[in-house]
Amino acid sequence: MTFRSFRFFIPVLAVTAAGLCSVVIIALTGRDPFMIYEKLFRATLLSGYGSGQVLFKTTTLIFTGLAVALPFRAKLFNIGGEGQLQLGALAAAITGTLLPLSFPPAAAVPITAIAAMAAGGIWGGASGILKVKFGVNEVISTIMLNFIAQAATGYLLTCRFAVPSTEHTPEIGNSSMLPGLDDLFGIFTGSPANITILLALASALYAAWYLFRSRAGYELRAVGLQPEAADYAGIRSGRHVITVMSIAGALAGVAALNLVSGYKHYYESGLTGGFGFSGIAVALLAGAHPLWIVPAALFFGLIEYGGLAVGAYVPRDIFMIIQALTILIVIVLNAQKR
Amino acid sequence: MEPAVRLTGITKKFGSAKANRNVSLSIMQGTIHAIVGENGAGKSTLAKLIYGMYRPDCGTMEINGKTVAFASSRDAIAAGIGMVHQHFMLVPTLTVAENVILGLEKKRLFSPLALKNSGDIIRELSRQYDFTVDPDALVSALSVGEEQRVEIIKVLYRDAGILILDEPTAVLTPQETDTLFAVLRSLCRAGKTILIITHKLDEVLAVADTVSVMKQGEITGTHPCRTTTKEELARMMVGRSILLRVENPVPSPGKTMLSVENLGYRADDGRYKLQKLNFSIRAGEIFGIAGVEGNGQSELLSLLWGVSRKSGAVSGKIMIDGTDITGKNPAEIAALGVSLVPEDRLKHAVITAYSVTENMLFGRHRETLFHNRSGFNRKTVNDFARKLGETYDVRCRDLDNQPLASLSGGNQQKVVVARELERPGLKLLILAQPTRGVDIGAIEMIHRSIIGARDKGAAILLISSELDELIALSTRIGCIYKGSIRRIFTETELSEGREKEHSFEQEIGLNIT
Repeated sequence: MTFRSFRFFIPVLAVTAAGLCSVVIIALTGRDPFMIYEKLFRATLLSGYGSGQVLFKTTTLIFTGLAVALPFRAKLFNIGGEGQLQLGALAAAITGTLLPLSFPPAAAVPITAIAAMAAGGIWGGASGILKVKFGVNEVISTIMLNFIAQAATGYLLTCRFAVPSTEHTPEIGNSSMLPGLDDLFGIFTGSPANITILLALASALYAAWYLFRSRAGYELRAVGLQPEAADYAGIRSGRHVITVMSIAGALAGVAALNLVSGYKHYYESGLTGGFGFSGIAVALLAGAHPLWIVPAALFFGLIEYGGLAVGAYVPRDIFMIIQALTILIVIVLNAQKR
Repeated sequence: MEPAVRLTGITKKFGSAKANRNVSLSIMQGTIHAIVGENGAGKSTLAKLIYGMYRPDCGTMEINGKTVAFASSRDAIAAGIGMVHQHFMLVPTLTVAENVILGLEKKRLFSPLALKNSGDIIRELSRQYDFTVDPDALVSALSVGEEQRVEIIKVLYRDAGILILDEPTAVLTPQETDTLFAVLRSLCRAGKTILIITHKLDEVLAVADTVSVMKQGEITGTHPCRTTTKEELARMMVGRSILLRVENPVPSPGKTMLSVENLGYRADDGRYKLQKLNFSIRAGEIFGIAGVEGNGQSELLSLLWGVSRKSGAVSGKIMIDGTDITGKNPAEIAALGVSLVPEDRLKHAVITAYSVTENMLFGRHRETLFHNRSGFNRKTVNDFARKLGETYDVRCRDLDNQPLASLSGGNQQKVVVARELERPGLKLLILAQPTRGVDIGAIEMIHRSIIGARDKGAAILLISSELDELIALSTRIGCIYKGSIRRIFTETELSEGREKEHSFEQEIGLNIT
């Protein structure tokens, strides 16, 4: 019943070490690393638009990070965030276009959210069921379900829902749209940041409560730590596996609110752009702790958008290297600790 | 006679904790020297220092009069020291001879092994010391006692003059123990020096010449076995007088709480692990099950507790207070008022990373008393843990924040026993090896709580490999052999047996092998 299951030192060290590596790599490309970093910070944290972009990416990453972190506590590795997010996003877009315009936003937004959560949740729950009933390793099943989700959304988009001669669905009704932070408070002008960030923060809080304060979380962590002991204590571990995978899928799916309802207002191929996979990195950096997911997501959001912002000077790939290095260092340091 | 091993002022620190403090000890050549002490007293550390697995922080060590400083156990072996570990280190798929020469091949890759030659040496050794080992047998086909003899042969094969045995009787039946002692005596006669690490005082007095008591890293006394008694040793180990045998007032059994009828369990390979197993336990009595490990005890336990066995076929039935528990899961069985203290505490009874408080709740977290909406009522839970901790004398710094893993084995077991014994409406208590790896002081406390639970009217099933524990606590004892109860000793037989313990143990021994 404690929140103290996190070591502060390792992630900080990993981020610092990866940062130093990037300095070397940038220097090797013939650029001045300090100039690049200065531009990066100018374009992100020091600009309203840039900060909004970072926040927008952070929002999605919090959801997909949680989608990996929660199952991780039950020793389950959810690689399926991407597929769960794709299905959620398509479901949200379709629901948003189908809802009559007369629907008030207070009804339309929750319905869209439920559709997205249901789509992602079923996809996540499916790998839970495959694991419990048939003993299929969840890593394999989530990867396979990613392929199916990719293909299915592709087919549904091009052959069923896309506006003719385009690559996207029709725009959703006004009532299902979520206001941007720009519209509401006049901050982060012109950026896609929207009020979904509040839902993301609430989800992180709820996930922390669920894991460390609820009875379900007490049982869930026991299943992850010592499955046999959990069995002896009468804990139905199968039920927990299916539940947590469904919750994870729903969390990844509901990130669609950020992408569809809050920003694009339609679904297009490539909309999810690997956020599901970056979620794995976020969860690992955060040590699968729901509250630490937030700063970890912020870090990755910063690097992802920052990489784009300085793309004119150095290849964006350098920042992908930093992300990967950070995670590798975290894993190595954790292994060293033992 | 000169000392084979002489330690002077040996100190070994782990971090800030001193596992051995200023230990000085002389072990005479050709004698059997025992070191006794509670868990954590530093016995094993001392053995590992002599065997070169640890290096002392200060102090000197002399072997046969020469000062030595071992860098690793390789040096110790070269100096003629051998160790038989508590957990055997044999490869089951190799033969005895192959296991014995493992690590000594001294051959180039792909050149043939001198197996025949080593087989002859093994036969010669076993003839010389008067015990039988077949060098061509597969280790997987050997009994535990035979495996131990292979370990001893392994040491002798390396020309050891000094043998260290760590808890050698922990896994043996009474008969196998007697055989081991005979072997040790014949080794001793041949001039070998033997150091035994143990906590079983009876055995020390039966086999050793000299005994040293360790407490909190120090040697508190060395005595010849002829002039000391079990009670005196126990007092030196714990630092206070303790009851070696708890009082066992006359039981007053009530109605039948557990009945096991014609229970059978066939594993997937077609072998019966349990067959026509019958017994029943009444409220207020302790039914002990004696047996060598692997005769169906684990299978019986998992069937009683409803732990899903993914394979195999079960027949017969188990009734708990009139309810058939076939097909019920552990949560449903526990809800009937059943508690289990499982054999393997760390694996099955606790979550080692959870705090002590969280573990006090583990398996009982469904009781609505502890709930607060969908979370826990922290105050109730913490108070409950504090009360249990005090009643059962669980020693730790901070119940609510200290992980269970940081407690000593005895204290961990007290947590489990406290939790299970205090289950509301307890009707049946199943105990498997309740005092394994627990120090003497804690054993006394656990035994008293068990008798207390019995007097409050619980039916108790006690499975233990310690015969003296069974004899001390049980109302009746069933002997399990190859999955059936072969003989049940009645209450009268038990009270007679307690008077002449050694022969009674032998009699039980005959029924379990």
